[in-house]
Amino acid sequence: MNHALLILTLLLAPLLGFVFNGLRFRSANGVLAGAVATAASTISFLCSIALYAILLSRPEEERHLATRFYEWISVGNLKIPFGFVVDQISGIMILIITGVGSLIHLFSIGYMSHDERPAKFFAYLNLFLFNMLLLVLGDNMVVTFVGWEGVGLCSYLLIGFWFSDPDKASAGMKAFVTNRIGDAGFIIGMFILFFTFGSLSYADLIELVPKTVETTWFGPVTLACLFLFIGAAGKSAQIPLYVWLPDAMAGPTPVSALIHAATMVTAGVYLFVRLSPILILAPHAMEVIAWTGAATALVAATIGMTQWDIKKILAYSTVSQLGYMFLAVGVGAFTAALFHLMTHAFFKALMFLGSGSVIHGMHEEQDVRKMGGLRKYMPITHATFVLGWLAIIGMPPFAGFFSKDEILWQAYSSPHGSKALWLVGAVTAVCTAFYMTRLMALTFWGKSRFGRDVHPHESGPTMTIPLIVLGILSIIGGWAGIPHVMGEILPGHPPNLIQNWLSPVIGKVEAGHGSAVVEWALMAVSVSLAGLAAVLAYYSYVMHPKVAEAAAKAFGPVHRAMANKYYVDEFYFGAIINPLVRTSKAIWYYVDVKLIDKATYVAGDLVSGLASFVKTVQSGKTQNYALYMAMGLVVIIAVALAS
Amino acid sequence: MLLSLLIFLPLWYALVIALLPDNRWIRPVSLGLSLLHFFISTALFYQFDPSKPTMQLVEKAAWLPTFGINYFVGVDGISFWLVILSTFLTPLVILGSWTAIQDRVRSFHICMFLLLTSMIGTFLALDSILFYVFFEASLIPMYFLVGVWGGPRRLYATMKFFIYTMAGSLFMLVAIIALIFMAEEQLGVMSASILDFYKLDIPFVAGDWLNTQTLLFFAFAVAFAIKVPMFPVHTWLPDAHVEAPTPGSVILAAVMLKMGTYGFMRFVLPIFPEASEYFAWLFMLLGAIGIIYGALVAMVQPDIKKLVAYSSVSHMGYVMLGLFALNIYGATGGLYQMLNHGISTGALFLLVGMIYERTHSRMIADYGGLAKVAPIYAIVFLIVTFSSIAVPLTNGFVGEFLILLGAFAADKILAGVAVLGVILGAVYMLWAVKRIFFGQEGKVLAEHHGDMDMGAREMIVMAPLVLLIFWMGIFPGDFLHWSKASLDHLIDNRTHYELNVEE
Repeated sequence: MNHALLILTLLLAPLLGFVFNGLRFRSANGVLAGAVATAASTISFLCSIALYAILLSRPEEERHLATRFYEWISVGNLKIPFGFVVDQISGIMILIITGVGSLIHLFSIGYMSHDERPAKFFAYLNLFLFNMLLLVLGDNMVVTFVGWEGVGLCSYLLIGFWFSDPDKASAGMKAFVTNRIGDAGFIIGMFILFFTFGSLSYADLIELVPKTVETTWFGPVTLACLFLFIGAAGKSAQIPLYVWLPDAMAGPTPVSALIHAATMVTAGVYLFVRLSPILILAPHAMEVIAWTGAATALVAATIGMTQWDIKKILAYSTVSQLGYMFLAVGVGAFTAALFHLMTHAFFKALMFLGSGSVIHGMHEEQDVRKMGGLRKYMPITHATFVLGWLAIIGMPPFAGFFSKDEILWQAYSSPHGSKALWLVGAVTAVCTAFYMTRLMALTFWGKSRFGRDVHPHESGPTMTIPLIVLGILSIIGGWAGIPHVMGEILPGHPPNLIQNWLSPVIGKVEAGHGSAVVEWALMAVSVSLAGLAAVLAYYSYVMHPKVAEAAAKAFGPVHRAMANKYYVDEFYFGAIINPLVRTSKAIWYYVDVKLIDKATYVAGDLVSGLASFVKTVQSGKTQNYALYMAMGLVVIIAVALAS
Repeated sequence: MLLSLLIFLPLWYALVIALLPDNRWIRPVSLGLSLLHFFISTALFYQFDPSKPTMQLVEKAAWLPTFGINYFVGVDGISFWLVILSTFLTPLVILGSWTAIQDRVRSFHICMFLLLTSMIGTFLALDSILFYVFFEASLIPMYFLVGVWGGPRRLYATMKFFIYTMAGSLFMLVAIIALIFMAEEQLGVMSASILDFYKLDIPFVAGDWLNTQTLLFFAFAVAFAIKVPMFPVHTWLPDAHVEAPTPGSVILAAVMLKMGTYGFMRFVLPIFPEASEYFAWLFMLLGAIGIIYGALVAMVQPDIKKLVAYSSVSHMGYVMLGLFALNIYGATGGLYQMLNHGISTGALFLLVGMIYERTHSRMIADYGGLAKVAPIYAIVFLIVTFSSIAVPLTNGFVGEFLILLGAFAADKILAGVAVLGVILGAVYMLWAVKRIFFGQEGKVLAEHHGDMDMGAREMIVMAPLVLLIFWMGIFPGDFLHWSKASLDHLIDNRTHYELNVEE
């Protein structure tokens, strides 16, 4: 099968799944809808594997499968084809999207089995997959943008899936509008690149942009990257646009796993890995990205330590982990960013699905204060959740250890990094270990805190099988990127596969400083600190629950600020949204009604005043009228020709 | 012959309607005739050659030869789609009004056909006086549409609408007469032909506000700006829309506003190239203000129809921004956005009319939870909303993207301001969608127990519009290639624009 046909099938399968389920959106037959949607997703996954196999079979310089379907927009010098490319970067992305996506589709069959409108749900899920694939496969920025807005649209539809609840509908709208703020930045970023370099195709841009590093803030590449970063901050929930993601948890949990953890929210990271050969020419932009990422990672992690809703904790955790990825992008560790994107997709999808299994088993309960001791009732969910927990807190040899450690090391050693960035990253790792252990403790360990009428139960196989598969991936997923210092001492000297794989297509920054000894030392520090934090959380939430309460009290104002998410939403409402609505009402009343219409009436009065004068001229004699007309014409001509 | 048929056949249709013996026949016959007319207009696809930037299928006959005034019509890539848009929407509007218009049905359908003649005539006229006659004539049936079948404040709205547009057109008439005399001076004979106006050398002095070209430029610009309508002469529009019956709103928004933007493309940009360039910033600025202003005011409207009306101000702001960017991206995007706006805003007014027919309320606050009882209606409304807020793969995106790209090339600051409209557009539309469709069932739904969802007739009305939203969004080339040569010609040769004619 040739690769163009594979790419076409890859894209069309979920689109056809969408059409199938979309046309019968009222159907309550969840099994059929789920089966069709999962089959569509699985077909895409098989195509992805086939495409990846073709890539593997080719020599390094030929790993570039491109195809163009037709010229979409062609005006002036702007030529936007529906062109797609599978290379080392998009190859990994499509495997993650369709692989994790298929597991989540499968999981959803069980999860949505009691819903009224499963066909509609699966239709949206397939549509999302289609748009996400457009996003990563597009060979130019406009096709990426199509997918970029498309996934935002699906996110809107799925967050507001249970739209009868006004809060859920509002959360959907908030997500879309916040994303749109980012998209406005994306659009401007594209325009700058187009008018500076004359193309929006990735390949052209990478070739056309002169290989000189910009030293000012106002160079075209720097400005373009900064505007694109606004787009990335919207989609990937970075400061100051992260506020939509926690609210997005209003959607069904599989949606949170697929869209708001594993795939869509990583689109910003993907974009910058894709553009990395350009980004490295803009060190100022990299600095902004690194610090925004680091700050987001820390802020979100601290909020995560104080939340009680199981999905909200995971949501803030996602924001925080995305912050890590941008920290990596900002210090030029593009491989590490994509690597963490991949491992995070495994372990966070796992934990979201696990939380879905818990919510499902607890009959829609999401408050961890009303859980506890679920280990007994949900052994598979618990066991797989443990794997995710170990991965995210960075315990070797679980997946998250390798990718997070790589980011921390690069934050320290890269020429774009610094000790301060490393420190923020390390503190975030400590917070992460704390809040994740807290989540485990409150949910699965300790004593049960739910009522006698609640009977938690383990979920069925369509839900547990995806958990098991993702659990395995959360263990071994990180072995694709074993750092060199570790590879040297391990038997068989395993290479850093992902780095070797990606190196031909990503931007390269100068080699970092720092010796193997330092690398080992930092690794030991972050792992042991995280371990300590986990023990502390276990101690204060399982062994001596009083300790946690006392600590919350001791840190009163700080704790309150964290628990209230630093009042950012309140600030946005008070400082931007409400004033905007008030201003709009005011301009409607004062400008439209009072000013413009008033002015018209005044003009009207003048005219009627004039008319009463003109009345005296109305003699009723036709020849007089003819005279006036002739005079009028003379005046007009005189005015027109007076030059 | 084809163009004259397109212009004048509707008058015969009106006569047929007037003479029908039985009132029950009016609606079906009217629908049939309007469909026939659309079918006839598709002959343009066979007879028009998109590869040439010329005026094609030209017809000319003496009218008032002493003054150089002729019956002179032709079609090029710029008017092509606007004619099709008019003939395409008319049957949909007639079908859409099937149950909404209950009294004076005969007069209503006669008005629709008179309107069709004046719209097509405006887009095809190549003689400025002929253009003026059609341009003005269109006011009369619209005046009756609003004044007879309109809402409670219809008299106020019609007067406002009439006076605003008439006041603007008088400036244009004066300017046209001046150009006719100027033609006599420069070309030796009086001529009201727009194509002759292109050849005039109209003196322009930068910085001096009272030179000939600037005065004539503003005379035309004011007339067209009111029609568009541009901020700050837009306030007639919300009143007219709110009082107009659904068919009136649809035609007004979808086609009649385009007479203004079309006027800029046909008259202002090519006849006054220096002044257009010199004052481009002003019109881009007003366009950008219109985008933001329209969006903000739309956001706080309690009446859904007024919201759509103000969204028109915002969307037409994009068109003006694109046209005065004076580059191929802006011009192409502007023309495309004219069609998009015709489809998406036309569809929105139709949708608002459908629900108003059932509940007799247009107040957003009365709704809520509509998606539950009217799922198909909700889906269609959402699709049209996505088109209106320019989600990619709908028609709106192609137009808006090209306009912003063109504007960015011309003025980065104004383009930056206009990009904010991308955000605000999503805010006002999605906020309205949320309050109307989502949440718990609101007041009107609690009171109203009939079938809320779309019926078969209404689906047939919306289907072609939904189809076009995606077709134009996914395959814009199918549409743009008909206009490409003319647009390229307009932009490349704007300063010494000439149009050749072909039979």
